[in-house]
Amino acid sequence: MSTAHVDLTDEMGHEDHGHHEQGFVSKYIFSTDHKIIAKQFLISGIVWALIGGLLSVIFRLQLGFPDMDMSWLSPLLGKWINIDPGTGVGKLDTGFYLALVTMHGTIMVFFVLTAGLSGTFSNFLIPLQIGARDMASGFMNMLSYWFFFLSSVIMFISFFISTGPASGSWVIYPPLSALPQAMEGSGLGMTLWLVAMALFIVSTLLGGINYIATVINMRTEGMSFTKLPLTIWAFFLTAIIGLLSFPVLLSAALLLILDRSFGTSFYLSEIYIGGEALPNMGGSPILFQHLFWFLGHPEVYIVLLPSLGITSEIISTNSRKPIFGYKAMIGSMMGIAILSFVVWAHHMFVTGMNPFAGSIFMILTLIIAVPSAIKSFNYLTTLWKGNIIFTPAMLFSIGLVSFFISGGITGIFLGNAALDIQLHDTYFVVAHFHLVMGSAAFFGMLAGVYHWFPKMFGRMMDRKLGYVHFWLSFIGIYLIFFPMHYIGIAGYPRRYYSFTNFDTFSTFADLNSFISLAAIATFIAQLIFVFNFFYSIFRGKKATQNPWKSNTLEWTTPINPGHGNWPGAIPKVYRWPYDYSKPGAKDDFIPQTVPYAETPESNLPHEQELAGLESNNDNAIKVD
Amino acid sequence: MVTDIKLKEVPKKQLAIQPKKFILWLFMVSIVMVFAALTSGFIVRQAEGNWLAYALPSQLWVSTCIILLSSGTAIWALKSSKSGNLTTTRTGLILTLLLGLAFLVTQFWVWSVLVDNKIYFVGNPAGSFLYVLMGVHAFHLLSGLLYLLIMLIRAYKVRSAEQIQFHLGLSTTYWHFLTGLWVYLYVFLIIYH
Repeated sequence: MSTAHVDLTDEMGHEDHGHHEQGFVSKYIFSTDHKIIAKQFLISGIVWALIGGLLSVIFRLQLGFPDMDMSWLSPLLGKWINIDPGTGVGKLDTGFYLALVTMHGTIMVFFVLTAGLSGTFSNFLIPLQIGARDMASGFMNMLSYWFFFLSSVIMFISFFISTGPASGSWVIYPPLSALPQAMEGSGLGMTLWLVAMALFIVSTLLGGINYIATVINMRTEGMSFTKLPLTIWAFFLTAIIGLLSFPVLLSAALLLILDRSFGTSFYLSEIYIGGEALPNMGGSPILFQHLFWFLGHPEVYIVLLPSLGITSEIISTNSRKPIFGYKAMIGSMMGIAILSFVVWAHHMFVTGMNPFAGSIFMILTLIIAVPSAIKSFNYLTTLWKGNIIFTPAMLFSIGLVSFFISGGITGIFLGNAALDIQLHDTYFVVAHFHLVMGSAAFFGMLAGVYHWFPKMFGRMMDRKLGYVHFWLSFIGIYLIFFPMHYIGIAGYPRRYYSFTNFDTFSTFADLNSFISLAAIATFIAQLIFVFNFFYSIFRGKKATQNPWKSNTLEWTTPINPGHGNWPGAIPKVYRWPYDYSKPGAKDDFIPQTVPYAETPESNLPHEQELAGLESNNDNAIKVD
Repeated sequence: MVTDIKLKEVPKKQLAIQPKKFILWLFMVSIVMVFAALTSGFIVRQAEGNWLAYALPSQLWVSTCIILLSSGTAIWALKSSKSGNLTTTRTGLILTLLLGLAFLVTQFWVWSVLVDNKIYFVGNPAGSFLYVLMGVHAFHLLSGLLYLLIMLIRAYKVRSAEQIQFHLGLSTTYWHFLTGLWVYLYVFLIIYH
């Protein structure tokens, strides 16, 4: 009876989808199944991460070895290597250097850590962990991926045009980005960048709307908000942040497009080029910065929150302990989400803003340290005295906590309006956000891949290669970014092509070469992961149904879940997802689907009462 | 057996919002953010000075009245579909569509009045902002008109009005949202222009 009931309430007819074979195109390409879409996002994200990483290696070569002969790169970069006809020495084109920096930032922030991270794990885990057959709208979900794909194609094409890709840095401040005369990359490259980003925003909104609607409306019976895994909470809040902030970037980009192509003056005023005045009058470039950072700052948390959610889940599972401070974790994520909207101007302390406004933004910025510290302490206290199992996923999660702390502490310096005068746009900033947002989010993503790979592909990734990958990446990342703090305090500005003309900086030349070597080594270490990933899809060890002995719902599906996820009824949920090592229990984990009535030996007094309610159940559950 | 199951279905449906309806609401939230960005950009830019002062064309009153009227006919169409009257549903939809088009024509008329008053799209941002706010709103209105048009075509294909009631509800909700958005923009412009 109850089986029939569940089937009917959750989308009639979904049942038979798993049984008939779909064609190749509708199954793997234009699929509406959330698991396939997640894999599409993941593989696209990996491809983009490799491209973005490769770009950073090229500009690190220039920064670390400014006298190097780069003519050996000309088969790859063609005319972007200027070969001196006399000596035959090749130099990286200065304009292309800026394009490399710009595209590295754009690709990593948006294509890898937004689409690749949220797109993969929100899509994959939301229906599986809340107990739904699929997303609220599978069609919109498919559109979301294909808008992203189109955006990727356009962004990729911009590498192959004669004026090169956008090069006004990923923040595309006008007037540099608004005037095609300003630099080569501000021509067609910038236009393609804007088109690609507009499509990307559409993709993110389609995805985000779907995530929110699914989490709110499609949870299985018993899955109340206080029984949701922290991963889902993180994806949910991330989607809300995206929904509120990406439209603002769209508006900013729209005005920029009008300035570039239709002659309006939203961001342009009183500019002379070659002694001639441009007609644009009355615009304000600062307006763009306000609009951009209203997205730009929440974007930091769009990148980071999913990783924090993934880490919560993995650390709890592999410490075999309940997450410490479940509600505090939710509260601090909410706090971060709300605060992320009121701190944007800390990116603009040196734009000549009112010092009073600066001090307000400074205080609000520093308040973010509170929820962040709560999260860090909760991770550490979850690990404390746990029966820790060091799977690769667990190592990457612990690595995330390390980066989150060491990168977060420098945020307290940067958030100070007075200190920012010295540190603004130096390598100190680069070091800060690469640790706290870049590497931390990246480690969360890798942890997620190692942890949920068995659910995605039904096979295990190789453990030993995972350990090698972790240690090389972890040490490598610290070797890259720790020295950057020193050269940043010394005054190295970001985005400079070379520092050989400054005598002050010559003492740091060796340190810069060292950073570059570490960057190259770390990039090569990622190839171990790529090999492990693709090899394991086909040749990995077969996975068991619940390889990590985890509590959440996704491990109750078959090893290779079909369309609709559960072959029979969707399981009901009776308890929160963190019942690990509960005193008195038979096993050290109790899945969410086990009713309290079946575990009298480990129930707490109030849970024993709930067990009573379960037995005369049907009505009791429906009322709540 | 079957009736028994259906009875059990009822209480659960009341708890969760229909996902499609919810998706529409979230979509409207993202549109609100687009306009929140544009109007706050308007305020920030205005505060910096060098702002061209001009009178809003009085024709904006006409377009505002038209779009309010169109929301009225949309309500009528939805009510008719609920009471099962397919003919008045169709009439209501046609009226709403025509009034929507009339609104767009009036907005275009306002633009030509602006040009006559030497307020151009290209020039001081004070004027450009007005064109952008009206233009982006008109763009969204086109999507609303398209949705209503699809509903009208469906209204001629179905036998009873109940069959389109759900989507008619969604499309008229979206239409009222666009009306409300315009009223917000108009009030905003009256206060800040």
